Amino acid sequence: MLTVYYSFFEWNLLKPGSFKFAGLENYAALVTDESIRIAIWNTVLLTLCVIGISVVLGLAVAMLLNSDVFGKGFMRTLMIAPFLIMPTAGALIWKDTLLNPLFGLLPYLLTPFGLSRVDWVNQFPMVTVVAVEVWRWTPFMMLIILAGLQSQNPEVLEAARVDGATAFQAFRRITLPLARPFIELGALLGSLFVVQTYDSIFMLTYGGPGEDTTNIPFLLYLVAFQGYNIGQASAIGVVAVIMTTIVATFALRTLFSIFQIEARR
Amino acid sequence: MRESTASIRSKVTWSIVGWLIVFVFFFPVLWMWLEAFKTEPQAASTPPTIFFIPTLEEFQEVLSGDFPPFFINSAIASLVSTFLVLALGLPAAYALAIRPVKRAQDALFFFISTRFLPFAASLVPLYLLARDLQLLDNILALILIYTTINLPLGVWLLRSFLLEIPHDLFEAARVDGAGFRHEILQIVVPLIAPGLAATSLICLIFSWNEFFYAVNFTSSVAATAPIFLVSFISGRGLFYAKLAAAATLASLPVLLAGWIAQKQLIRGLTMGAVK
Repeated sequence: MLTVYYSFFEWNLLKPGSFKFAGLENYAALVTDESIRIAIWNTVLLTLCVIGISVVLGLAVAMLLNSDVFGKGFMRTLMIAPFLIMPTAGALIWKDTLLNPLFGLLPYLLTPFGLSRVDWVNQFPMVTVVAVEVWRWTPFMMLIILAGLQSQNPEVLEAARVDGATAFQAFRRITLPLARPFIELGALLGSLFVVQTYDSIFMLTYGGPGEDTTNIPFLLYLVAFQGYNIGQASAIGVVAVIMTTIVATFALRTLFSIFQIEARR
Repeated sequence: MRESTASIRSKVTWSIVGWLIVFVFFFPVLWMWLEAFKTEPQAASTPPTIFFIPTLEEFQEVLSGDFPPFFINSAIASLVSTFLVLALGLPAAYALAIRPVKRAQDALFFFISTRFLPFAASLVPLYLLARDLQLLDNILALILIYTTINLPLGVWLLRSFLLEIPHDLFEAARVDGAGFRHEILQIVVPLIAPGLAATSLICLIFSWNEFFYAVNFTSSVAATAPIFLVSFISGRGLFYAKLAAAATLASLPVLLAGWIAQKQLIRGLTMGAVK
């Protein structure tokens, strides 16, 4: 609530007595300011890419772990590690020991392919952030989708196979529809977190180069704590609230439908 | 017989595919561990050092340096806030699930909607509040913030566990003349032990790994483990082994807790919806 209040004022923390009513000035500045447009675009791009890729990968891994393979439990244990690792730690490990153009492992491994000495963090900043976030969120998707797959009756798939359905048909007609609420839940809860991505951007690119990876939370941090512009930062906060409220509404709806499914079991 | 050979072959094929994917995802963690047990020149060598004699040198250096206070701050902030979430959340969840108060559904919705508010939106007012209360760089501020962030989720989760307790049990206890306190401590707590575990785990993960508030609200005295890692951003020269050792130590508590309580993890992450 206070955020909304402050967003109508002009207030620079470094200038005592600069607290004064500004009306809609902060919002007008938002509309004309190019950096907020870039930040919104970056936020949307980052969230869509990360969620899209990690849902597909998570579904694939979940189906593998739900089928008849060796060492399922151990596979799942190793698989969830990226999600549990402290995000700041994970980001630094990627940046310094895996992607560093001079000492990193990946540039070394890619040398035979002519991709040596690619400075991933600086040349492809958004790709790097997306990759690290996908690495972190795929296990999350996998866990939720796997739980969904395991709650299904395996006899249904067996019956489909006896009736002569191909693997692809069985996947499209049976597995996917039954797993859908879980996929939706994972995607929506995941987006609520990915929209707020801050740790890995801070560690990997610090929003740069330029504004290439500055998303809404990071822009807000810059405006509030590097520019000390409280009114403007609050206005950005309001934008963030609006963006997440839209996602959250759908998330709650999905959550309730799953509670109903689980209640029927 | 032929069919079973085919099914074994497909099992082997899919196992290999699965293990390859899992290996790719787990590799950064494995690499972090390997680097942590190397000496600095080994950690930054080209080609990368694969075979080496593990050394605890870097762990010793990290632990004897300025890392422990950060680690202790993280432990205080996450343990105290988790305890507060359980202490405050259990009665609230009880009121929502077992003895529904008036307009419980609305209260529930309000609770959970606050969890979906972006951290960024509350940064500015909370910062100003903390500044005016002289709580900047004070571990108390982080404890309060983490408690507030995790409380809605905690109430929601505990409620979903409470709903699974058969209602008759409470009736029976009340007929026997059990008081409210007795009812909670003797009946509710033992029955929802897995729920308490799931809630604590999720609170612990979120507060231990939290960075956004930590980096903006603390500077030196109350800084937590992720803040310690920030000092490596500008690091020059040979520091990979030390970085890996610090990252390993900082990640260890949550990694172990998550691995031990995998079942609770799923329940908690899906806000109680998936069992």
